[in-house]
Amino acid sequence: MAKVEFLGPISRPSIDVNISNLQELKTHFKDDQQLQEWLAICAVAVNDTLICSLDTPINPNDKISLLPPVCGG
Amino acid sequence: MLELHNEPLHVEAILAAWYTQMKDKNYGAFIPFVGIVRDEDGIEGLSFDIYEPILNSWFSAWQEKAKAQNAYLLMAHSRGDVPNHTSSYIAAVVSPKRKVALKMINDFVEDFKANAPIWKYDLVDGKRVYAKERSHLLSGSGLLKADV
Repeated sequence: MAKVEFLGPISRPSIDVNISNLQELKTHFKDDQQLQEWLAICAVAVNDTLICSLDTPINPNDKISLLPPVCGG
Repeated sequence: MLELHNEPLHVEAILAAWYTQMKDKNYGAFIPFVGIVRDEDGIEGLSFDIYEPILNSWFSAWQEKAKAQNAYLLMAHSRGDVPNHTSSYIAAVVSPKRKVALKMINDFVEDFKANAPIWKYDLVDGKRVYAKERSHLLSGSGLLKADV
């Protein structure tokens, strides 16, 4: 199972998901209305690299991170 | 060099340590930037979450850019609560010549604001309020949003 972690202000515990690519994760979340507000503004990292394609393959030990808008300093 | 500290930075000690470490390395310029939390909009301070794996890789990429110009970057940032009139962020560049360091400190801080995986909250009545309106979308944002 791949792990999904929700970073910063999303404040949700991590979950495990059985998926083979990010398109399946998008489908997995489609009915979660509260999360959709975050997904609209979140970037996605797989194993700590930012990803721009839903075709990205996901392996069972991968870590997927959702990153809301940032503001350091 | 990247340092993460809990709560406000001890600015005088950090800058003194950096200066001591760098002064005999034959850099002609040491350009620090220190952010200070301002008392505005009724906040008591700021608070921060940091995602360290991507912050480390972001910083390492910048250190490589600095190295290519014979410069070196130093950065310190706070985790957790940072009251008004204290500091959460110090960045500095050392380089043989001042012009490289002056340009790099500006470019580095701008990219830090846009891309470093750090989340800022206002402290209001002792609670953290995500500073969403002042935050910046990262590359690829919205990828997992459902189709309408």
